[in-house]
Amino acid sequence: MAEISQDTGSHKKGKKKRSKKLPTRIDLTPMVDLGFLLITFFMLATSLIKPQTMEITMPSDKKVQDEDKTVAKASQAVSIILGKDDIVYYYFGKTEGAKVLKTNYAPDGLRKILLEKNFEVAQQVEALKVEKNRTRMKEEDYQKKLSALRANKNAPVVRIMATDESNYKNLVDVLDEMNICSISRYAIVDLEDPDKQLIANLAP
Amino acid sequence: MTAMCDVAFLLLTFFMLTSNFTKKEPVLVATPTSVSEIKIPETNIMTVLVDKTGKVYFGIDGQEKRRQLIEKMASIYKVNLSPEEMKKYTLLELTGNPMQAMKAFLNLPAESRDLPQNNLGIPADTTNNEFKDWVKSAREVNPELRIAIKADEKTPYPVIKKVMRSLQQLDESRYNLITKLEGAPGRE
Repeated sequence: MAEISQDTGSHKKGKKKRSKKLPTRIDLTPMVDLGFLLITFFMLATSLIKPQTMEITMPSDKKVQDEDKTVAKASQAVSIILGKDDIVYYYFGKTEGAKVLKTNYAPDGLRKILLEKNFEVAQQVEALKVEKNRTRMKEEDYQKKLSALRANKNAPVVRIMATDESNYKNLVDVLDEMNICSISRYAIVDLEDPDKQLIANLAP
Repeated sequence: MTAMCDVAFLLLTFFMLTSNFTKKEPVLVATPTSVSEIKIPETNIMTVLVDKTGKVYFGIDGQEKRRQLIEKMASIYKVNLSPEEMKKYTLLELTGNPMQAMKAFLNLPAESRDLPQNNLGIPADTTNNEFKDWVKSAREVNPELRIAIKADEKTPYPVIKKVMRSLQQLDESRYNLITKLEGAPGRE
């Protein structure tokens, strides 16, 4: 390819025999060097991995009227309070006289508790996933069925409250657990005094 | 040699066509991990960056849009910015300074712009909430913007609360939290 043959009529009876030349070879090394240099540059300067994102929808200030506020049954309510040093406090049911328990973000901590609470839905979602893999369900259908399952009326309603000592990671972790445990009804709410009192009583 | 050259240029073409350059950010932020696999779209993004110390940075994509944004902000806060200064702003992905300090910030040499003392963070408190004006102006400039919050995992919650509260007051109730992909959860 890189040889340019110089067929300059060797049959002519030339003046000298030198006209029967060797083919000229172009040295490609600098070009390859340049090519690899540019490859290196592009490899380093690109971001092949796109960041993931988590979509959340917060209630807006204006639209929420009292009639729209969902009142959760006490038996379904779970309150999670994010404390400092990666401690999670949680209790079931009403705030008054609640028994506050402590846990952490490990898989056998918060996730276990939520999965137990959301056992019914979690099991159905799991079954749906198996079915999806088996029957090659379309992604759209899967999503539709998934959201139908998650809208289960008996599923727990989670209130997430964060203390000022907690950090962003804690919040994302909890939102993530909601996702993993197929809990669709949750809200991030402000920490109120009764709840503060509960933790204050607990922590010595 | 010819074959090697061919391969090199083939790869080069591939990288040139697929590349989207890493955005330059004024601070390094370690985002938390999650199992969410939704990818962030590349265009029409309003990025709210919150660093470990709780400083808020703000930026939108598209140079032309940024120009309109800074013009709007300059007129709201009555800051006199020259066309050159605005031009400098349009070249920055993210900025984290109150408008009063913006002029001085834009006139800094490029290499000292990332120093922590030159980035004061956009105020987002209840009394002095410049952040809300940024979001509002950006929304006016480009109504299709989606909000992406990128915060460091060690950011104290009150700062996040401030940002979320400001967004809530503006009726911006849908937004994305940028995370890294975590390994598969232990459940499966």
